[in-house]
Amino acid sequence: MLGNEAFARGAYEAGVKVVSSYPGTPSTEVTETMAKYKEVHTEWAPNEKCGVEVAIGASVGGVRSLSTMKHVGLNVAADPFFTAAYTGVTGGAVILVADDNGCHSSQNEQDSRYYGKSAGVPVLEPADAAECKEFMKKAYELSEKYDTIVLMRSNTRVSHSRGIVELGEREERKVIPYVKDIQKHVAMPAMARKLHVAQEARMKKIEEDSSAMDFNRVEMKDTKVGIITSGICYQYVKEALPEASVLKMGIINPLPKNLIADFASKVENLYVIEEGDPFFEEQIRAMGITLAGGKELFTIQGEYSANMIREAFGLPVPASVTVEDAPGRPPLLCAGCPHRGLFHVLNKLKKTVMGDIGCYTLSALPPTSSIDSCLCMGASITMAHGFEMATGNCTDVVAVLGDSTFFHSGITGLVNMYYNGSKGTVIILDNRITGMTGHQQNPASGKNAMGEEAPAIDIRTLCQAIGIKNVVEVDPLDIKAVEKAVKEETAREELSVIITKRPCVMIVKQTDPPYEISEDCRNCKQCMKIGCPAIEYRDGKPFIITDSCIGCGLCSQVCSFDVIKACRKEAK
Amino acid sequence: MKAKKNILIVGVGGQGTLLASVLLGNLALLKGFDVKLSEVHGMSQRGGSVVTHVKIDEEGVNSPLIEKGDADVIIAFEKLEAYRWLPYLKEGGIMYVNTQEIVPMPVILGQAKYPENIDEVLKANAGSIKAFDAHAIAEECGSVKAVNVVLLGAASNSMPFTEEEWMKVIEENVKPKFIELNKKAFSFGKEV
Repeated sequence: MLGNEAFARGAYEAGVKVVSSYPGTPSTEVTETMAKYKEVHTEWAPNEKCGVEVAIGASVGGVRSLSTMKHVGLNVAADPFFTAAYTGVTGGAVILVADDNGCHSSQNEQDSRYYGKSAGVPVLEPADAAECKEFMKKAYELSEKYDTIVLMRSNTRVSHSRGIVELGEREERKVIPYVKDIQKHVAMPAMARKLHVAQEARMKKIEEDSSAMDFNRVEMKDTKVGIITSGICYQYVKEALPEASVLKMGIINPLPKNLIADFASKVENLYVIEEGDPFFEEQIRAMGITLAGGKELFTIQGEYSANMIREAFGLPVPASVTVEDAPGRPPLLCAGCPHRGLFHVLNKLKKTVMGDIGCYTLSALPPTSSIDSCLCMGASITMAHGFEMATGNCTDVVAVLGDSTFFHSGITGLVNMYYNGSKGTVIILDNRITGMTGHQQNPASGKNAMGEEAPAIDIRTLCQAIGIKNVVEVDPLDIKAVEKAVKEETAREELSVIITKRPCVMIVKQTDPPYEISEDCRNCKQCMKIGCPAIEYRDGKPFIITDSCIGCGLCSQVCSFDVIKACRKEAK
Repeated sequence: MKAKKNILIVGVGGQGTLLASVLLGNLALLKGFDVKLSEVHGMSQRGGSVVTHVKIDEEGVNSPLIEKGDADVIIAFEKLEAYRWLPYLKEGGIMYVNTQEIVPMPVILGQAKYPENIDEVLKANAGSIKAFDAHAIAEECGSVKAVNVVLLGAASNSMPFTEEEWMKVIEENVKPKFIELNKKAFSFGKEV
């Protein structure tokens, strides 16, 4: 079972009733798996802040709840997270955050453990799929016992590794009747001050109890070397240093200080091995414990490995061959991706493009090379606005973002643009799905997370309701229409929205025949400039790989010599 | 055969490396071995270089990652990817290579060259190597999508599982209408 599936299984067995999340690699499969359990209400929220608030509301309503997100999603949800740390829970509530050490699919590699410390919330960290399930179940007991939300911390390697998981039965739980309690649920200043006191006391109590909690494990072996670690690093340590004594922490905030002090007293040389920032190390040093090594041996960047630990300890690593650098293989927009038509035009028109988070960020790379920025969800719109306010130029800069990103945090930016007098252009790529994370439904999809029919929010009507007069829709694979729309709307000295409408190529069954290049090709390579993975250079000429081509016809539109035609043979 | 194998499955996003690793993982589970897999999801799946780690050990697996010089077997779905991941092969390790070439964008754009000496480098450094056109064999079986199972068929010759066990795991993990195709692909691969 995948780590993420195991988290979901744990929540299911714990009797969780409500799940609300926004997808984000590497966390997505937790909520996707929850959606398959019929006893649970599972939904995709438009963003992580909504998701956490729904989970808190469900907890107040008396059931166990869950919200999952990637590390940067917790930034979005930080507002409810910090205050829910005061108000506590009725039904148990767990917030799962998956960090991305090594930036496999993210714009940064922030260390979410600090959120637990900063907000005053207990943090659990499992090391493999079996623990993902067990820790999740126990997290709900912890949450209810101490009246606190719990942060479950994962990362790419834990979430996306499979291991053997034993299944248990679901525990059906009664809904805890709601009792009005403004001292607990209304965090206005007079109450918040008291709630803060209570929260501090609760964290002290958890700290005292944490050393005895079964999330932690001490494995005493050779006492010359002792390692304090947690999560995936534990696995690397066991592989690299099988003879060392190990304190594997499962509750990582508050730290089990008594256990740490006891372990430290039993080993000669104590090391801390943790991916990311020196979160444990600084706290352990502050306890007055001397370390033989921590971050001076290891980087704060990327992922660790058993070999990295072997090298740091001067141990031999397995012999391996070295080869000359292989050419890179960066990810690409799929063959037939509707985004390609738009970015081809934006590149041709040399627009400055404030980009956003989604598959389309790949258009920053050659040959479409048309995106100028990628900061965070929704920032395309607000950055384009700031750029316009700075330069007075509303014609050469555009904002580009996907439908899901628009619902996530683009709407507020668009309201800001309209309210504050922007004359710019916003392009919304409406492909009816959240593509990059693996095709989750969103408010424009017409389906909900559980696959049921749902209202599909019409982006055009939404923009018009704000008051924006110029809202045009265009097929992104019709290059002439896209070019006309971009030219007209950017030239206009008024705020405009262009909506490119075509479903993601991965969700529609393609029936069009593939294209082929005739022998009359003049080798001008125009078709190569759209960056389609179905076109490669073979025997000195562009060549369309029939198996890969899905017949979108974009290449034939850019061909000046009309030599690219749909194959006459039957559609695939 | 000792049931401890590190198998690295490498290829290009979209080639079906993930299913291949899940079949292997379930097979190990069926036999009661401990097994861990590590996968790539998200951005890099879109036509990028992808790798899945499969670690099987009767005595228990810790790290889900296979590191440099640590793979008993590498199953490469594409030639350049075989070359890229060669350093992960153990001394004397075995490589199964689909000789298909999928040209990456930097090469298409003329910014880099597809190495010409891949065959020689692989031959000189792998303990043994079986390179063949799995793409063509899959096509012959009825679908290029079966390339993953063709490669598994070939690689099954270095795994501690019987043909019956393989067939069982295919039946349990593949959609009913593709079972026969995949069984055929497996047998063709095994005969290579």
